[in-house]
Amino acid sequence: METIASRPLSLTKTPFHYCPGCLHGVAHRLIAEAVDENGLRNVMTGIAPVGCSVFAYKFFDFDMAEAAHGRAPAVATGIKRARPEMHVFTYQGDGDLAAIGTAEIIHAANRGEHISVFFVNNAIYGMTGGQMAPTTLPEMKTTTSPYGRKVDDMGHPIRMCELMATLVAPYYIERVSLLSPADIIKAKKAVAKAIKYNKEERGFTFVEIISTCPTNWGIDPIKARDWAKDNMLPFFKPNCFRDRGEGVE
Amino acid sequence: MSKVLMKGNEAVAEAAIRAGCRLYFAYPITPQSELIEYMAKMMPKVGGTFIQAESEVAAINMVYGAAGAGKRVMTSSSSPGISLKMEGISYCAGAQLPAVIVNVQRGGPGLGDIQPAQADYFQATKGGGHGDYRLIVLAPSTVQEFADMAADALDLAYKYRNPVMILSDGMLGQMMEPVEFRPAKTEEEVQELAKQHENWCICPNEDGVNRHHHEINSLEIDPLVLEKHVNNLFVKYAEIEQHEVRCEEYNINGDNEILCVAFGTASRIVKSAINDLKTEGKSVGLIRPITLWPYPYECVARALHKNVRQVYVFELNKGQMLDDVKIAVAGRCDVKFWGKVGGIIFTPGEIKEKLLECF
Ligand SMILES: Cc1ncc(C[n+]2csc(CCOP(=O)(O)OP(=O)(O)O)c2C)c(N)n1
Repeated sequence: METIASRPLSLTKTPFHYCPGCLHGVAHRLIAEAVDENGLRNVMTGIAPVGCSVFAYKFFDFDMAEAAHGRAPAVATGIKRARPEMHVFTYQGDGDLAAIGTAEIIHAANRGEHISVFFVNNAIYGMTGGQMAPTTLPEMKTTTSPYGRKVDDMGHPIRMCELMATLVAPYYIERVSLLSPADIIKAKKAVAKAIKYNKEERGFTFVEIISTCPTNWGIDPIKARDWAKDNMLPFFKPNCFRDRGEGVE
Repeated sequence: MSKVLMKGNEAVAEAAIRAGCRLYFAYPITPQSELIEYMAKMMPKVGGTFIQAESEVAAINMVYGAAGAGKRVMTSSSSPGISLKMEGISYCAGAQLPAVIVNVQRGGPGLGDIQPAQADYFQATKGGGHGDYRLIVLAPSTVQEFADMAADALDLAYKYRNPVMILSDGMLGQMMEPVEFRPAKTEEEVQELAKQHENWCICPNEDGVNRHHHEINSLEIDPLVLEKHVNNLFVKYAEIEQHEVRCEEYNINGDNEILCVAFGTASRIVKSAINDLKTEGKSVGLIRPITLWPYPYECVARALHKNVRQVYVFELNKGQMLDDVKIAVAGRCDVKFWGKVGGIIFTPGEIKEKLLECF
């Protein structure tokens, strides 16, 4: 019998603790597959954020560090500069990366640190129970915007890829989603490209992954994906903003 | 090696590089800027890493990463910046990471001023960051000692896998004194130092896929596991308390009528006053704590000779060390405090006057 699919070596046997329908597990798997495919497992380090994926260090089977909320890009910088022979990525949610950690992500990108950043955008704070995120859509209800996000008062959602694309240093910036099998295949290509560029020491790579949070959105997983397609993708358009490997500026 | 005349800020940087520090992350602030500037100039010459971070928060988290990768690393700042580092220091303590943090203290609270002060004693020795943890805190009183402490701090940090703070001040940072440096570690020795930590740190997995992956982490969500972790930290802290207490005894003898306690810059001025009083036939001793944590309680207690009728604490703050001295004295003698704040340094004459009031 031929094995055509199996658990990536880069994932431990620890079962994911994520809610039903959550897509963090899919994102983890795509990264683990890319690390395996690039033969990087023995020289890979991931930085787990504070957020629902705080336990990512238990799921990835290579060296891992757990960072303070938002500080993953600074921690990644320290590790990469200390041990250039290691390949380093951060895995961060939208609160972690686009609110409390805005300074760290912008400056790590601006220095062109040789790290990859996987940014999972579910438009909400999952772990703390559904508060407003910097990526929460206008009029979207959360526990801290119970009447909907009023843009005049609470600001507009932040598009991180577009913001990053104003910087000169980043080598690769792409936004993908995990909302359908076809989208997941596209996302896999982007994640794999970031890891490959990381292996080749090309520079700073950034992949935003549009995801869902059925639990805190209060809708079932299938409807959550439809809701995200209808509401998130028009605002957070999947796009390759920069790929210096392919001449995309 | 012969002596060179150097500012404290530069001397501590040079000494850290000689002791094998090859990574330094910081953000500019007066009165420590000569330190970051010296590192910017010298790190590239030794193949090291210098990053001017976007903030002190980022700098300490870069330290967290580099220390997690087992390399000798340092950061520095002055009081307002140290406050920003407190989150990261707590994480370093929790994850048991060997980091060195230099605080060139200035007046506070808030933005305060840029003159020397000792007002971060509480922050350094009693917590500062959240959670049950301890920092090893070293307090230099000369430029020579400031420089020597760079190597000592790195050694202690790695020996115990614990963050170490050098608590200096704007005076020690800015003034020039002759320094003699210890010999510089060779590149091989620096590499060797990092190798010693490859059983726990982030590093290439030479054994192939079989080694368990290393985790740098301060999170233990299970209360029983966290309880055990914190208890283990305190076993380590007890060991540090047993082995690493340091203090200087100055003019301590059976004739002492007053026992002073002062650290860092304040202690230098107290020494001048003591010398002056000596010529007038008045005997005053000084205990100068060198480690502020672990605190030299026993040294203070031992110095309470029978003729001592006053213990006097002098600090450049509002009496932050006073409680520690009282713990050491344990009611055996009256304890007084006098200090100056706002970045104003008392003079030997002022200290002498205060001491004379007790005779
Ligand atoms: C300094 C600090 N502030 C706040 C928190 C509480 N906190 C934990 S997770 C989180 C939000 C995470 O949201 P996000 O980054 O969007 O990730 P998700 O949980 O949605 O995957 C917050 C505010 C914390 N742990 N540390």
